[in-house]
Amino acid sequence: MNVLGDRVLELGPKPDADGPYKDLRLTRDGDGVAWLLFDREGTSANTLSADLIEELDKVLAELEAQRPTGLVIRSAKKTGFIAGADVNAFRAATDVAAVEAEIGRAHAVIDRLEALRIPSVAVVHGFCLGGGLEVALACLMRIAIEDARFGFPEGMLGLHPGLGGTVRFTQLVNPMQAMPLMLTGKTIDARRAKSLGLVDVVTQERHVRNAVKDAVSGRLKRARPGLLNNLLSLGFARGFLAGRMRSEAAKAAREEHYPAPYALIDLWEKHGGDRRAMLNAEKASFARLMVTSTAQNLIRVFFLREQMKKLAGSGNKIEHVHVIGAGAMGGDIAAWCAGQDLRVTLADMKPEPIASAIKRAAELYGKILRKRTAVRDALDRLMPDMQAEGVRNADLIIEAVPEKLELKQKVYAGIEPKMKPGAILATNTSSIPLQDLRTTLQKPERLLGLHFFNPVSRLQLVEVVSHDGTDAQLLKEALAFVGAIDRLPLPVKSSPGFLVNRALTPYMLEAMLMLDEKIDKTVIDAAAKKFGMPMGPIELADQVGLDICLDVGDMLRSKFGDALPPTPAWLRDKVARGELGRKTGKGLYTWKGGKADTSSGLPATSEPSAEMIDRLILPMSNVCVACLREGIVDNADVVDGAVIFGTGYAPFRGGPLHYARTRGVENIVSTLRALTEKFGGRFTPDAGWESFK
Amino acid sequence: MARPVFIVDGSRTPFLKARSGPGPFTPVDLAVQCGRPLLARQPFAPSAFDQVILGCVNVIADEMNPARVAALRLGMGEKMVAFTVQINCGSGMQSIDTGYRYIREGLSDLILAGGAEALSHAPLVWPQQGVRWFAGLAGAKGIGARVMAALKVKPSYFKPIIGLERGLTDPITELNMGQTAEVVGHLFGITRAQSDAYAAESHKRLAKAQSQGWLKDEVETAFARDGKFYDHDDGVRPDSTPESLAKLKPVFERPWGKVTAGNSSQITDGASWVILASEEAVAKHGLTPKAAILDSQWSALDPGIMGLGPVLSATELLKRNELTLGDIETWELNEAFATQVLGCLAAWNDEKFCKEILGLDGAAGELDQTRLNVDGGAISLGHPVGCSGNRIVLHLVNAMKRLGTRRGIATECIGGGQGGAMLIETV
Repeated sequence: MNVLGDRVLELGPKPDADGPYKDLRLTRDGDGVAWLLFDREGTSANTLSADLIEELDKVLAELEAQRPTGLVIRSAKKTGFIAGADVNAFRAATDVAAVEAEIGRAHAVIDRLEALRIPSVAVVHGFCLGGGLEVALACLMRIAIEDARFGFPEGMLGLHPGLGGTVRFTQLVNPMQAMPLMLTGKTIDARRAKSLGLVDVVTQERHVRNAVKDAVSGRLKRARPGLLNNLLSLGFARGFLAGRMRSEAAKAAREEHYPAPYALIDLWEKHGGDRRAMLNAEKASFARLMVTSTAQNLIRVFFLREQMKKLAGSGNKIEHVHVIGAGAMGGDIAAWCAGQDLRVTLADMKPEPIASAIKRAAELYGKILRKRTAVRDALDRLMPDMQAEGVRNADLIIEAVPEKLELKQKVYAGIEPKMKPGAILATNTSSIPLQDLRTTLQKPERLLGLHFFNPVSRLQLVEVVSHDGTDAQLLKEALAFVGAIDRLPLPVKSSPGFLVNRALTPYMLEAMLMLDEKIDKTVIDAAAKKFGMPMGPIELADQVGLDICLDVGDMLRSKFGDALPPTPAWLRDKVARGELGRKTGKGLYTWKGGKADTSSGLPATSEPSAEMIDRLILPMSNVCVACLREGIVDNADVVDGAVIFGTGYAPFRGGPLHYARTRGVENIVSTLRALTEKFGGRFTPDAGWESFK
Repeated sequence: MARPVFIVDGSRTPFLKARSGPGPFTPVDLAVQCGRPLLARQPFAPSAFDQVILGCVNVIADEMNPARVAALRLGMGEKMVAFTVQINCGSGMQSIDTGYRYIREGLSDLILAGGAEALSHAPLVWPQQGVRWFAGLAGAKGIGARVMAALKVKPSYFKPIIGLERGLTDPITELNMGQTAEVVGHLFGITRAQSDAYAAESHKRLAKAQSQGWLKDEVETAFARDGKFYDHDDGVRPDSTPESLAKLKPVFERPWGKVTAGNSSQITDGASWVILASEEAVAKHGLTPKAAILDSQWSALDPGIMGLGPVLSATELLKRNELTLGDIETWELNEAFATQVLGCLAAWNDEKFCKEILGLDGAAGELDQTRLNVDGGAISLGHPVGCSGNRIVLHLVNAMKRLGTRRGIATECIGGGQGGAMLIETV
């Protein structure tokens, strides 16, 4: 019933096509209520730019001059209210004073909105994030449509709210609830927003006009901040709570890596009771954060993500995915695709792995889809397929069977005659070159690689691997597919380890050499974490699976020889004994309930040295430069994005190449030389550094 | 112009014995579990069906009109017309019969007809007096009235009744289904030993069919979200013998009754689908028909002897098609109770009954038990009431294909005093 689609949003009187404003529309209805619609030109979602704020200022002046009986603020975009600030404005900020002046001008406009002497009401559907939420907070009332989601994602950019949000949010909502939302960046739905008192009412689109009438006339029962808010905003309460928040924040990230949460806590602790002072301090704190390398690197990562989304393109044609092999990767890939609205058949010879894949899928959906019916529907879309019936109808087949050439070729021989014309045959191989896999195929041009990372639901990257005979159209469709399932594609040429595993393997193997040097595993992991990795190399190896590390290590060594650390013999023994890491409960760590037991029993004094960190980290940058030089990936920014989204590489460092550039190529090369002398040829700087600036 | 109607494919879940508490699947969950692979293996899109008809007796509150819920969950498209039919134990066959008639009359070409039942999900029901008390309390205005209403409570109001127990009791005669089997057994002199021997044979036949892999193409493994999977009918007890069954106490009429838990059908969850197609649909999609539905018949009788329903409806089919008992090479007669199945066979062999009730010239004769329920039945598989009628048609087709027989009848007795029968011919 798409015919009726444009009748859904209640936007008040129809605005003139050629209004005086570019990104805003202003109308008045029969009751004298002004409807201010955010409708930013040329985009599908609203963001706040300096231009738009300036236009808003003009609208406010118009409203002050000719005061309406009430003001409705809402978005004319179907996608939602306002998705936040236009991040473009944050790029390359270096001057604290300039940022503070800029944010000060925006503050003045938002303050002016708040000071309007008429009942103002924000009607919110869809996403209402960051700056968007700060606009809504400056209104007297907020009406949420059922599908609304609220949140402050500034932390992802190394910032905290900067348009008065830290002040208005903690005043309206109990700070014990409000602060964690700003610190974690979690979004909440309309019901939760209502229970927090962030919105006054939750309703459906079809009742917006009547809800607005009641709001403007004062008949709407409003959410009021509780008495507790005042108590919690008292100085001594703030001091106590701030201490607890700091220790919570410390569990998530170190202050030297991520200063924003700590700055936010300071801000609230110092000024929480004093509105004016806190607004001013917010501006200053926001400006200080904006110029930190953390914020600038995270802003860079934000744009890397946008850039990689563009690589995906649009126009996905894949509706039915057939996954072969219900092991850890196959099962999780299938579950992810079904969770993203695709029909999925999951084939395996045995019911046991399928059953455990279904169990993991149900657990995942419980977390990401929440709604009971949404979980049910996703599970319905994920069909166990022991007879491999899905092959005939699938638009895309993803093979995820064990890493054995003959086995994979046998699978292909079985399915190729049944595949429908135009279908893509993809392999999730991480170690077998496509050039070897394609030899037995009737139509090698439809073979490509879709290399997902473990855990599929958390690592956004998918390497889209082509060989020299891959059909260009199918490659394009594969990229669009990756975009459609909300993952980020890295187009990469088929070469051992592609990009990510080739960069990551030296990191993990070096850590194993350190184990041989009798360095404690927790100290090795601590070294990586000190650099900013979310997980140390030892824990990561267990997470990935020691068998896979061994396979990939052997494969890479066979190609690159001594450029890689040698694989220790005990690793082979461990794998032979079935101690494979997380999936078997024992690897280098003992795993319980999906968590590694990292208690070391060592005194806290064994600090990792800078040399240890360099030994682990620099080979990654070295491999990335090599991949660029070899043309495996054609763009340095995309390399950084891929390593961040595929491995969790410390995002606030901006990526392994950006890190090298920031630290200085000279310095990197000389450090690598020094390591070569001390530890061996595997640290030899790649020839690519010559041309990398 | 009656058009031919074909059964082209079908599948079912394993039948899962109700153990303690609700099973892993609701009726629609079960319908989806076996429907997905069935639809996936067809050469046409799920949206190509004209309609979906599903039999279900104990519809759960979250799944009103389970046929439509199942159709949508199976991805058959929002335009798919779907309705649920209910005639107690015949519901799963009634769905086929309804679809058969739509296609025969030329109104539809492709119909998905099924049956689904999760008896383990049957609700607990509050006594009527308790419900009235609660309604009074909820409706009372003012504190005084509310206190007065609350004070009228009695402990018995909170004693739940198992809904299933009421469902299995005939509302007219107040006889439990098991008691109707006792009546039939009495009228035709069926002994406890005969019943137990029949029940043991049912388990033996199912166990053999399972071990021979004869059910492989019929039963789809069901996967639950807790990581468990179910790949076979789990009520089977291959070690049952007439001797072991003889030790059980009667459950419905103690101490002298002949019907025990061992020689009755089991309380079970399950779902089953068949795909019905016209000649046009067969040609259009390049389908391979397995069998044709030749005729069907519903009959009714005294609810107190409902177990004889198959004798009435199947005989009517035979008469209309000028066939005799012996012309039917394979039979599925739903095993509600061993005593009732044997009662039916005895009735056909009873001259007086055949003359007076069935209007035959004499006794219809002996029904060869090697042709009857060749791979076991509800005693070993279980009897998810709204599903069983569908399963016996599906299995009849599969069994005839395997045995190479041509004509078969699937028939069942129906609580409330009815019988249903369907005449099938393999193609």
